[in-house]
Amino acid sequence: MKEILNNLSKLLENRVRLGIMSALMVNESIDFNSLKELLDVTDGNLASHLKVLEEHLFIEVKKQFIGRKPHTSYSTTDYGKKVFNQHLGALEQLIKRN
Amino acid sequence: MNTNSHSEDLKTIRKIMEESSRFLSLSGLSGVFAGIFALAGFIIAFISIRNADLFEAVNLDFILLVDALAVLVLTLAAGVYLSYRKAVRTGIRIWTGTTRRMLLNLLIPLISGSVFILFFYLNNDYHYIIPAMLLFYGLALVSAGKFTFGEIQYLGMLETLTGFFAAIFPDYSLFAWAFGFGLLHILYGVIMHKKYR
Repeated sequence: MKEILNNLSKLLENRVRLGIMSALMVNESIDFNSLKELLDVTDGNLASHLKVLEEHLFIEVKKQFIGRKPHTSYSTTDYGKKVFNQHLGALEQLIKRN
Repeated sequence: MNTNSHSEDLKTIRKIMEESSRFLSLSGLSGVFAGIFALAGFIIAFISIRNADLFEAVNLDFILLVDALAVLVLTLAAGVYLSYRKAVRTGIRIWTGTTRRMLLNLLIPLISGSVFILFFYLNNDYHYIIPAMLLFYGLALVSAGKFTFGEIQYLGMLETLTGFFAAIFPDYSLFAWAFGFGLLHILYGVIMHKKYR
């Protein structure tokens, strides 16, 4: 039981962060506005959660200019994928136990 | 720590993964309508060809062209309208990156096929027009299927097989067309409508 709980990631207990990671697991990269629409959150809320995930090396940020417009897109790191998969596995095991 | 919130988490993960990678607003009903329009178009074409001696040759060509375009326009209109309606009802946004990717993967084989068929037509070579329509449409569905309901890939494979059948048995190609664009669409539409309503 303890081992399962160890596999849960504290960072992913937040729904928005969990949502960001879920979307990035199945997409190579997603831009800020698409994430915002998908998760139905405000700019500030999304930006702060993205910042946390970036600081913990779960995701990578790519900034580039398309014409003159800045375009920010996000993708998962290998580490982020590993943590997410462990978290997902732990959730499934916990549900099976009850 | 409670199981309830864990299973809610899993639901969130699943929902977001699906929504962000698959176009889920495609309505099963639009398949049924596509099939009905195709069958109606087929009946008009069949009767016109049977009674070709009643028209001038140019008129028959014109009738078939208008018939085909009418089927195409009605099918697209029904597909777009019903998908839009389904998106509004389920609250899923319709114009997303996933939708654009799905359309791109659908349109590359579809437009290639259309241009290819145009060459046949311009060379007055009508033999492979119907097989090519079915084949390229089938390939377009297989390609788009990665970004929408996976079941559509099976429909695509059946359309492709029907295309080969039409190429091997040209005498039956009009019936193959009616089967592929009519019956298969209706069958697919009914199955999907029941499954995902």
